[in-house]
Amino acid sequence: MTTLPQHTEKSLGLVIDLDTCVGCHACVTACKGWNTENYGAPLADTDAYGANPVGSFLNRVHSFEVQPESGPAQLFHMPKSCLHCADAPCVTVCPTGASYKRVEDGIVLVNESDCIGCGLCAWACPYGAREMDPEEQVMKKCTLCVDRIYNENLPEEDRQPACVRTCPAGARHFGDLADPDSDVSKLVAERGGIDLMPEQGTSPVNQYLPPRPRDEAPEFDVLAPYLEPVAEEPTGFLGWLDRTLSKVS
Amino acid sequence: MHPAPSIILFTTLSGLGFGMLAFLGLDVPAPRGWTAFWFFLIAFALAVGGLLSSTFHLGHPERALKAFTQWRSSWLSREAWLAVASLVLMGLYAIGLVFFDTRLRIFGIAGGLLSLGTVFATSMIYTQMRTVPRWNHWATPILFLAYAIVGGALLTGRVELARALLPLLLLLQVFAWIDQDRHEREDPSNIGTATGLGARGSVRAFEAPHTGENYLTKEMVFRVARKHSAVLKVITLALGMLIPAFLLFLPFHHALAAVAVLLHLAGVLVQRWLFFAEARHVVSFYYGR
Amino acid sequence: MNVVLNTSPKVSDEVRKTTCYMCACRCGINVHMKDGQVAYIEGNKDHPVNKGVLCAKGSSGIMQHLSPARLRAPMKRVGPRGSGEFEEISWEEALETAVSWLKPLRETDQSKLAFFTGRDQSQSFTSFWAQSFGTPNYAAHGGFCSVNMAAAGIYTMGGAFWEFGQPDWDRTKLFMIFGVAEDHDSNPIKMGLGKLKARGAKVIGVNPIRTGYNAVADEWVGITPGTDGLFILSLVHCLMKAGRIDLDYLARFTDAPCLVNGDPASDEHGLILTNEAGKKLVIDRRTGKPEAYDTPGVQPDLSGSYRHAGVSHRPVLHHMAEKYLSDEFAPETVAAKVGIDAKRIRAIAADLARVAFDEAIELDREWTDFRGEKHSKMVGRPVAFHAMRGISAHSNGFQTCRALHLLQIILGSVEVPGGFRFKPPYPKAATIHPKPHGKVTPGKPLDGPHLGFTHGPDDLLIHEDGTPKRIDKAFSWDNPMSSHGLMHMLISNAHAGDPYKIDTMMLYMANMSWNSSMNTSGVMKMLTDTDESGEYVIPRIIYSDAYSSEMVAYADLILPDTTYLERHDCISLLDRPICEAEAAADAIRWPVVEPDRDVRGFQSVLCDLGGRLGLPGFTNEDGSTKYKDYADYIQNHERKPGIGPLAGWRGNGDEHGRGGANPNQIEKYIENGSFWISHIPEDAEFYKPWNSAYQDWAVELGLFDAPSPYLFTLWCEPLRRFQLAAEGKHRLSPPEHLKARYAETMDPLPVWYPPFSDIDEGYDVHALTQRPMAMYHSWGSQNAWLRQIHGRNPLYVPTKIWKANRFEEGDWAKVTSPHGEITVPVAHMAALNENTVWTWNAIGKRKGAWALEEDAPEATKGFLLNHIIHELLPPKGDGLRWANSDPVTGQAAWFDLRVKIEKTTAPVEAQPAHPAQKSPVGHGPATVKRKLGA
Repeated sequence: MTTLPQHTEKSLGLVIDLDTCVGCHACVTACKGWNTENYGAPLADTDAYGANPVGSFLNRVHSFEVQPESGPAQLFHMPKSCLHCADAPCVTVCPTGASYKRVEDGIVLVNESDCIGCGLCAWACPYGAREMDPEEQVMKKCTLCVDRIYNENLPEEDRQPACVRTCPAGARHFGDLADPDSDVSKLVAERGGIDLMPEQGTSPVNQYLPPRPRDEAPEFDVLAPYLEPVAEEPTGFLGWLDRTLSKVS
Repeated sequence: MHPAPSIILFTTLSGLGFGMLAFLGLDVPAPRGWTAFWFFLIAFALAVGGLLSSTFHLGHPERALKAFTQWRSSWLSREAWLAVASLVLMGLYAIGLVFFDTRLRIFGIAGGLLSLGTVFATSMIYTQMRTVPRWNHWATPILFLAYAIVGGALLTGRVELARALLPLLLLLQVFAWIDQDRHEREDPSNIGTATGLGARGSVRAFEAPHTGENYLTKEMVFRVARKHSAVLKVITLALGMLIPAFLLFLPFHHALAAVAVLLHLAGVLVQRWLFFAEARHVVSFYYGR
Repeated sequence: MNVVLNTSPKVSDEVRKTTCYMCACRCGINVHMKDGQVAYIEGNKDHPVNKGVLCAKGSSGIMQHLSPARLRAPMKRVGPRGSGEFEEISWEEALETAVSWLKPLRETDQSKLAFFTGRDQSQSFTSFWAQSFGTPNYAAHGGFCSVNMAAAGIYTMGGAFWEFGQPDWDRTKLFMIFGVAEDHDSNPIKMGLGKLKARGAKVIGVNPIRTGYNAVADEWVGITPGTDGLFILSLVHCLMKAGRIDLDYLARFTDAPCLVNGDPASDEHGLILTNEAGKKLVIDRRTGKPEAYDTPGVQPDLSGSYRHAGVSHRPVLHHMAEKYLSDEFAPETVAAKVGIDAKRIRAIAADLARVAFDEAIELDREWTDFRGEKHSKMVGRPVAFHAMRGISAHSNGFQTCRALHLLQIILGSVEVPGGFRFKPPYPKAATIHPKPHGKVTPGKPLDGPHLGFTHGPDDLLIHEDGTPKRIDKAFSWDNPMSSHGLMHMLISNAHAGDPYKIDTMMLYMANMSWNSSMNTSGVMKMLTDTDESGEYVIPRIIYSDAYSSEMVAYADLILPDTTYLERHDCISLLDRPICEAEAAADAIRWPVVEPDRDVRGFQSVLCDLGGRLGLPGFTNEDGSTKYKDYADYIQNHERKPGIGPLAGWRGNGDEHGRGGANPNQIEKYIENGSFWISHIPEDAEFYKPWNSAYQDWAVELGLFDAPSPYLFTLWCEPLRRFQLAAEGKHRLSPPEHLKARYAETMDPLPVWYPPFSDIDEGYDVHALTQRPMAMYHSWGSQNAWLRQIHGRNPLYVPTKIWKANRFEEGDWAKVTSPHGEITVPVAHMAALNENTVWTWNAIGKRKGAWALEEDAPEATKGFLLNHIIHELLPPKGDGLRWANSDPVTGQAAWFDLRVKIEKTTAPVEAQPAHPAQKSPVGHGPATVKRKLGA
């Protein structure tokens, strides 16, 4: 049903730490690998070795430069996949019911066999989270690795999305954001997690932890006591050395 | 937004077709016999042709019937129902007029209103897109309906009406463009809100995720250059309204009317191309475009 | 809607654990198999290197394994060199061809064979083969990679970064990272940064470019390239001037108290005084008399001088005070040169001092030092550093790397909690590494291992007349401490016949006609150049690679290698190990799938060739071939009795480190996830160079034959010995033209001098390359997933230059160096040193290579900076060929490049454009859509 559930039992999602993400794209290809071999059609690549390769990816890493009013420019990396919005506009526009949000955990999925490939859901998504597979012509999107997180064929510790499992810097966290006591909810509270484009009214489940302040070097004047000179000249230094050593012994 | 030919043709042709059907269903006196046959043939050809064209945009047209299931939430689904309903009713209405010289009045009125409803539903597919400020605007349904009505008037030979409506459409369109520009400009989404980094300073996209294009950039991060859009707007007004209106004010001749209709059609095509090509999807912010 | 969704699908038929080879990290991977084929690759959670995580490259390994660029069978060249025209031949023909070329060289003059390997992870094996063959001309790629870093680390403190050591990620509070390629040791560094970030520890990034690790740094220092040494010595200046140095640490564990011969008349002037046993002397504070540094109970005096026969011999620390307290290194003096405000330099120095000394940490762990003194706790200075090629690939890189180690050491932050820690088999003093060997005897092996550490002129590989023994001139007067060789000089020297001509060049995994060479266009000419008789100047080239790289087209004989999932390998303690600061570890690769092509692992081919050539070590007494393949070698070879390539499960499978060969060893590794690990006892985890418990553990494991404690050497005596030779105080003497350079660059204390290329006037923009994290060298472009991430590379231009040239998006620029010019697309970047431009490394490809279509963006918009970096400095008019290298180690000075940049009209494609080479493997398929078990 392409109407949204009134309430979901959980709100599973990702918390992505922009302070930590180094932009390595590990999550991008780990996602591609798992989801090519698993949920639905493989994520195809057209013109794979040619002039204009275009493949479907469920997760992509952007980078942005920020020029603050003073100080050097800053660079940030932003991995972006489906945010599994509470008010997911991609679901309600779907004419066939292929797009749906699960009541049990809030994951937004596409039932590929019902997808007519009209592309409206991709238009409705402000985040660019949905991509039409160039070969299968059905809409692909992040499944939050629904076929990993409950998968009884995987060891318990591996029951997390492929992108989270692979992230070398530990910049991606997975959990229930509806549970205020979950690790992810605590992290969001502690670090002031934010919605992307809140004005779009989508109420995304995925949260982004803003980068900590950059280049706020303590003023030298504050630190100066740590560098109080012991001498101005090399000979003075040797005098200090002698005095210090004799105090020690 | 990418101006896909199939979608431009779809909205243009089906708009004209359903506009024409609306006139055929609601207007009196209704044509009869062969005259009715030709009118209905053209109207159905446009409406159905437009709808068929839209299926070229689908990845899986063979599953198109599934699109009827979600009428409670989806405008596309509603459009499908309304289109079928109006085509069926107008078909019965046409059969009455063409073959039985009988005007099934209720069918005509209901079919005509449903035809307008279909155009409205089509327009709402775009209007509902919060992600495309230029579409998410009062003018989208009004213009879709207005173009359908003016087109319908032209195609059904309502010269007097068309003479009156064409200048009004021109004013409406100009006003809509101005207000859509404003609306897009004032939209609260920007690269700062898209990244959540806006409060730190001025944000610009550095490296895109991939160095080549992808589905998103091809489909949604397309935007016509400003100077081209100005020229195309002038062309829209000239072809779509000004020249047809001028032709209609000349002594009436079927050839002139036909030229006026064709020019109008061309104008609407340009308008629709711009409707897509000028629309900025908020996902563009992530790509710095 | 009732969507039936199976949330527990079968993941795979089987998981086979092996080691990644998508870069040099050597992470453990789980290869999921379906229907006997590779289905999915993820990180191995138990593996010491990556603990389950895996980078973009590793996670795309499946596409490398399935690459359309894989070579299919041995080939011989049938068209002209460079054309790419080949004919497939049998292995028998290929091997016999190789033997027919190599056998005569072995019998007459093995130096006619130059065998160099690139991204080889079996250097202890390939060097063993080359040693058995008897050629002095062997090296891997270290010389053009990061030898400055490795050598400076070993000469100064017995280990360096990456394989040698790592920050104490769990305890450090302030982490400073200099010029790190983001693909090197990348998963461990990313994991470490993640730990720091989770704890909110501070990260300072020093790099002209703010990407990757520098993007997440809390503070970014956008330094001027090539000035890191000056910046670091200015920090040293500030810390010394404030007395914020760890005197206790310096006195106990370093040569700071060691006495320097102060007699200008002595042949040992400037060397450390020693006793009869050769032990370095310090003044014992208890007696005021000179004493061997390791005498039990000795209290080395940092201040005490020794006056003898009218000469004062002062401790190293006095020399340091004299040098570094000079205004030459004051922040105000250096600020303009390094591009960092003086106050900022002081603030960073103060922050280092604050964290090192005021936030010191202590672990309640008893330990005993090499003098027998017991310590009740382990004191830590929680300041850690890491650096890589950014500071080392300069012509002042060796001294810059030494300066960084000096900074670490005066803060007392090496091998202490919260600081920088070594990984076994390091720490290991430079003096217990082998020395280089280069004595050729026809028909016999070389007299010892090729590469090693020189400690003075006597260790050089030069003939009586002073000319180099090696084709790359390693260990010659030109660069006397070139521990990794100079691969970047191989082709240039062989072409010039300087020091001599060679007959056959054998290369493995080294893309020398493209991104692995300086002066790429020039190298292509050298490889195809012919002499008067019409023969190629470099007569024969044998090349082994798994893929259709640019270099393939320039070889005469191709020995196709396997992909990393189809081969045996060992990541050995004898080589570049995968140990952790708290454990020794090694690993294997094994064929999780068999090749579906007529290809063989190159190491197995060398075993075969070794047998056919009758090389000792590769033949049995009856003359038969000793090892049927590399796996056989891995299990059965013993370098010394009881010591083999793999340390785990030796003997009957219950011995580790030392023990006899075990025919089931590889099975054991496979059962354990393809790695072996042995943890260091807790009381041995820190202070390793001086910690008796560690030394004993290392001996037991076979890392050393006897405990080998040592002092960190702030005073680098080998450098001083070369200076003495230049001063005429040695029987050997460098050529006249090098003497002034020796005086300037071979100071026994770390110094800074401007990079050699800085003399070129008008070229006022620095040009750098960086590795993207999602690409490793040129390999990634054949990978359908990775090439979408980096399919082309713009030249990133800082705001100042962008505005000055009125650049706009989509513009192109002509970039000129003293050596040549390229025309390339530009893009704007603000977070960049204002006088620096840069691009991603090795994205540009030659048309026809890597099975890509000829109009691939890599070939039309991608480009290399290599074309404008020469392997030689511009001629000085003296007729000499001055290498564009570090004068100490010969490290290729990639990052010394200076350019001019100007806007130009967009060409059809990036320039220089080279004609396409014919692809011996065709082109990749149009579409990739693969799913097993569907």
